[in-house]
Amino acid sequence: MCLAIPGLIRSIESRYDGMVRIAKVQFGGITKEASLEMVPAAKEGDYVLVHVGVAISIVNEEEARKTFEYLEQIGEIDELIEHTQI
Amino acid sequence: MKYLSEYRDADIVAQYMDEIARTATRPWTIMEVCGGQTHSLVKNGLLQMLPDNVRMVHGPGCPVCVTPLYQIDKAVHLAENHGVILCSYGDMLRVPGSKHSLLESKAAGADVRILYSPLEAVKIAQENPTKEVVFFAVGFETTAPANALSVLHAQRAGVKNYSILTSHVLVPPAIEAVMNDDDSFIQGFLAAGHVCAIMGVSEYYPLSEKYKIPLVVTGFEPVDLVQGILMVVRQLEKGEHKLENQYSRIVHPEGNHEARKILEQVFEVSDREWRGIGNIPMSGYELRSEFSAYDANIKFDVNIEKVSESPDCIAGLVLKGIKKPHECPQFGKKCTPQSPLGAPMVSSEGACAAYYHFSNMLETIEEI
Ligand code: SF4
Repeated sequence: MCLAIPGLIRSIESRYDGMVRIAKVQFGGITKEASLEMVPAAKEGDYVLVHVGVAISIVNEEEARKTFEYLEQIGEIDELIEHTQI
Repeated sequence: MKYLSEYRDADIVAQYMDEIARTATRPWTIMEVCGGQTHSLVKNGLLQMLPDNVRMVHGPGCPVCVTPLYQIDKAVHLAENHGVILCSYGDMLRVPGSKHSLLESKAAGADVRILYSPLEAVKIAQENPTKEVVFFAVGFETTAPANALSVLHAQRAGVKNYSILTSHVLVPPAIEAVMNDDDSFIQGFLAAGHVCAIMGVSEYYPLSEKYKIPLVVTGFEPVDLVQGILMVVRQLEKGEHKLENQYSRIVHPEGNHEARKILEQVFEVSDREWRGIGNIPMSGYELRSEFSAYDANIKFDVNIEKVSESPDCIAGLVLKGIKKPHECPQFGKKCTPQSPLGAPMVSSEGACAAYYHFSNMLETIEEI
């Protein structure tokens, strides 16, 4: 549960009367929602590190790709997929 | 599963390992605090690649492992007797309470749900206005902002049937507890990268000063870990004790400003009991009184008696790095991931589970 996974921001919408920005973030073949409240500068097309549904930092593409590949290789992305199915 | 030798980075890891072997002239003991790092060290076979004189011991940084038994009992009680929808992270539901785990409550008919994010729990509360929804909010500083955010979301949306059962823990006081233990022989620390991504590094300067220990903020991928270990070993060999940042591509010295603001708004620091370790002063978060409407402890009157741990489980010694998992007499015998006696055998970030799952590496680990 402590893992932070890098993903690509596909789109952003506001909720709670515009107070909160929620993004659709793509992790490999999976897309999930993540709050952007802790990364106010994040925009569409940026890569962010997401931990339990909240983006905690913006990362560059190279870093995102390397980390994602590593997590995939050691089977840590499965956790994300499992939770998507529940 | 692939092994480390198949990675593109395997050569870089091997080079760092050589450099560590060349640098270490004396025996050194280093603790990685974060359970994610323990998992990565064991899973990638890094422990047996280290030279004999550099020994890694595993710290208390697994939130699921340090959540006290009575908190789990409380969650079980809420799920079974208060008719709430009880949600938490997957690992948390598998940890045995004094009678059983939350997943066993679920099997017996309670509404218990595994979630990826606490923000989903707020949605569930919105969709089930006649039910109370409780999120069992565990975690270190990395996870606490998300849990805090769920409370703010509930407040903004006017959701009144949502609350959290907090069992938040903090890393710096845990490092102090480890160092204050008379049996401790730790000489340097890898500090947890993602925790520092939120909190920044300022809390760690006084620790390296007070205990005269090198502290290196480190990531969790193999190359990060070996770099972090090398940085600690270099300091130890030179007789230095500094704070260094191996993970500067993610960790800014001041942390994440927005996250810290949210934490400050929702939580206050409080004493906290750690499973297997005991009470550590000012080592956790509690909801501020302004948010007491979202505090499951206040909302529900649950008086759970404190029960003692299984006397067979030496998790306290394992979490403080004094014993290795396989030195526990129950390891792999009475205690397995299928039927765990203690929490470190449950969570994938728990040292006992990591050693068990990768027990093909145990023989070599044992020689370390
Ligand atoms: S192996 Fe099991 S019984 Fe022994 S310390 Fe670990 S969790 Fe406790």
